[in-house]
This record gives sequence, structure tokens and C-alpha cells, in this order.
Amino acid sequence: MIDPNKVQLTDDGRLKHFLSTEGLSRELLTEILDTADSFISTQERAVKTVPLLRGKTVVNLFFENSTRTRSTFELAAKRLSADILNLDIARSATSKGETLMDTLWNLEAMYSDMFVVRHSDSGAAHFIAEHVTPNVAIINAGDGRHAHPTQAMLDMLTIRRHKESIEGKVVAIVGDILHSRVARCQIHALRTLGAAEVRVIGPGTLLPADIDSLGAVPYYDMKSGLADCDVVIMLRLQKERMQNALLPSEGEFFKLYGLTEEKLTYAKPDAIVMHPGPINRGVEIESAVADGSHSVILNQVSYGIAVRMAVMAMAMSGQQTLANSEEPAR
Amino acid sequence: MNLPDIEHITQELAGQVTELIEQRQLDNPLLVGIRTGGVWVAERLNDTLNSQDEVATLDISFYRDDFTRHGLHPKVQGSELPESIEDRHIILVDDVIMSGRTIRAAMNELFDYGRPASITLVCLLDIGRRELPIQPDLCGATLALNDGQLVKLTGPRPLVLTLA
Repeated sequence: MIDPNKVQLTDDGRLKHFLSTEGLSRELLTEILDTADSFISTQERAVKTVPLLRGKTVVNLFFENSTRTRSTFELAAKRLSADILNLDIARSATSKGETLMDTLWNLEAMYSDMFVVRHSDSGAAHFIAEHVTPNVAIINAGDGRHAHPTQAMLDMLTIRRHKESIEGKVVAIVGDILHSRVARCQIHALRTLGAAEVRVIGPGTLLPADIDSLGAVPYYDMKSGLADCDVVIMLRLQKERMQNALLPSEGEFFKLYGLTEEKLTYAKPDAIVMHPGPINRGVEIESAVADGSHSVILNQVSYGIAVRMAVMAMAMSGQQTLANSEEPAR
Repeated sequence: MNLPDIEHITQELAGQVTELIEQRQLDNPLLVGIRTGGVWVAERLNDTLNSQDEVATLDISFYRDDFTRHGLHPKVQGSELPESIEDRHIILVDDVIMSGRTIRAAMNELFDYGRPASITLVCLLDIGRRELPIQPDLCGATLALNDGQLVKLTGPRPLVLTLA
């Protein structure tokens, strides 16, 4: 894979696209989290919008369906005062034979300033970032099995807000790691932000072979994997995987890896439970845990909006900052 | 250039603010400092005023009109205002007024929290070079600087002014 930072950073190291957490410095990841933190405070006000992106046009370019991610990006853009257009490409022009580049050129011709891209092919957002005109920012909202960086960053923000810091924490990611674009980004971000240990727990068929090289330790059973964990991140079991014989059955998966109150006792008593949603109750997580006191699943949704506001604001600023920056006006 | 004694000016300014509050009959005024220097000055004024409220703080980073040129400040701390500023008399405090753009941004942000009864602007130093029709109601001192010169306030205790 090409170094994403050649594309996603400006010459002076600021964000101009957000494609992946891979290779981003600890300082930059922390800046995203700090900025998101301050957007959480603006969202608690009566007037939730700030005028940062007033007059900018953001296009939600979803080649693959996702109601939740799309709506949180939409809300984030609106709370930054941007105009937003939702384009469900899956059901529009590309199905009439228009090529990806033709679609993009058309959108550029409408003077768009930012594309939020979700695509089933790994590397799609990266490809688009390389080919659009210089002042359009690209935010990756999930590309194939490769990355889903805003989800990973909202998970980092969740850990930081509920466990004070990521530094020194033991984090376990449970489930289908192989097909998860979130897990890869999470592992990168957790390693960069100083987590003591990142574990992945799941059946051998759902753990990638190169997991050690990502800096995560594989575990094949919950008891040893969850021991002394501060954070348990459950992943959604994608039912389509079941048909490829990677798993015997949902029931079998739940028995071995489903998070129950009993299995949660292996982790630290104050461990938090996270899940990117949508949750499959009774498949990867038991209702008693999903709705229980350790669960921060709904907090993750609120933080998701703040994180998306942060990367949108930072990327837009990176696109437009003049090289010959003057002293800030007083 | 001789820079004024900031501690002394701050004391004088506190006296003037007290007078102005009486004169304009500002009932239960709320001091709002603009981060970072304005908060330090507002806290000094609050000591003198014996106000029952703590100083509210305004971080205008998300309201700047030059955000697309300069980017976000890496550590935006956020604003801390009371639950409601509806119908409150606001005393908006900043350390240095120059172009007036900060004050414009601050007023825009204040109105996103509610509709204040009035806003009075108090600045420690006025260094001219205005770009907007905004003038402070009270100002501790006026400084004529050379082209390209700026002043920098460090604090919170003591407040010290240096040329930048």
C-alpha cells in the first residue's frame, strides 16, 4: 500500500484529507481528540451549530449503504454550518453506467468542498483523494476491508473520556477481525496513543494471519483474552460471513465469543464495553451487557458526531490555509 | 518604548467598571473573559467587583473569520458560560483590542447562547489598527505601536506586558 500520508497531510504535516489512522503521529491523533472534546461542549448548548464551515458544501458520497455513519456525518456537517448533500450512489448514476471519475467531476463542477466517501473497495477514498482537484477534502467513511478511521477515532475518544487516558490500558477487540476495517484502524490508533497491550480475540478463521505485524496479540478464548482488560470492544458479526463456512453457527459463536455478564467478569471490574453498532443482541453481545452499567455504546454515538466535526474542520482548514500565513488578527 | 504598568492599569480599570455598572444600572452583571488574556483580566476585575458569579469564559476559536487561513488552534478549550445568559447584562473583557475581529466573533458566539440584555466591552489595552466599527466602552490604556509591533500579555498573576 502507498504511504497514505503523502496524500492526507499538507507539507507542514497538517490534515487535508482523512483517509486512515495509519502512520499519523501521536500529536496529530491527540489534536483530533482534543478538537473533538471541545465540539462535545458546543453540542451541549441550546444552539448546537458553530459557523466554522459556513458556506461550504459537503457531499456524502455513499457507494455502499450505511444509515448510521451517513447520518452522523450529516449531523456533523450541519453542526459546522455546512450545506450537505446526500448522494446515494448505489442507486444513482453509476448504476446507469457512469464511471466513478465522471461522477466526481460532476460533483466538483457543482463547487463541492468536501466528499465523505464510503465504498466497498479498499483504497477507494485514497484513489479519489489523489484524483480530485486540489481544494476538495476527502474524508474516508469506510473503504472495503481497509479503514474506517472516524470510527476508530471515536472509539479512542470514548476510551479517553471514560478511562482518562489510552496510555497504559489493556484493550481487547473481539470478533471478526479479519473482515473488519474498524479493527485495523483501532489497532493502529491504540498502538500510537500508547495502549499497553492490544489483544484480538476470535476464532482462528476470523483473525488475520499477519496480526502480529499490526502490533496486536491474538487470543482464541475469552477467558484468557479478557483477563485484566480495561476496555472490551465487540465487533459486529457480519452474517454474510456465516455462509462462507468461516463459522459453524451463530449459536456456536455466541457460546464461545458472545459477551455475557459471566465472561465480562474475566476483565477488570471497572472495564468498559464498546461496540460500533448496530449490535446483534444474542449473537456477539448479551442484552444484559449491552444495556448494563459497563456499556458505553450509546456514548460512542454522541462522540462520533464530535469526532466527525473535528476531522471535517481540520481537513477543511488544511485545504485552505494559505502557505504565507500571517499573524492571527486580534 | 515605555510599556505601562499593567497591574496599576488593571486596578484603575476595575474602579471605572464599578462606576460604569452603577451609572448604567447594570443589575447582576456577568463578566465574560475572552480566552486567554481576557479571562485573566476579567478575574482581576471580578475580585474588585465582589461579584457572586465566577468569571465566564469564551473561546472564540470556532467563530474566527480567519479559521480557513490559520486553521484551528490546536487546543481549543471551549467556552464555559452559565446555563443561561438570557437577559443578563454582559461585561465582555479582552486584554488587547486591535482589529475588532475577536470582539465580533465573541458577540456572535454569545448570541448562540441566548439574548443578553446588554453587552459592555472592556479592554485593558487599545493598540489601534481597527478594521471593524467596534470600540470599547472602557479601556485601560491606549498604546501607539510601530508598524509590525505587537504586545503580548502573560499571566495570570502577575500580569506582565511585553513587546512581541
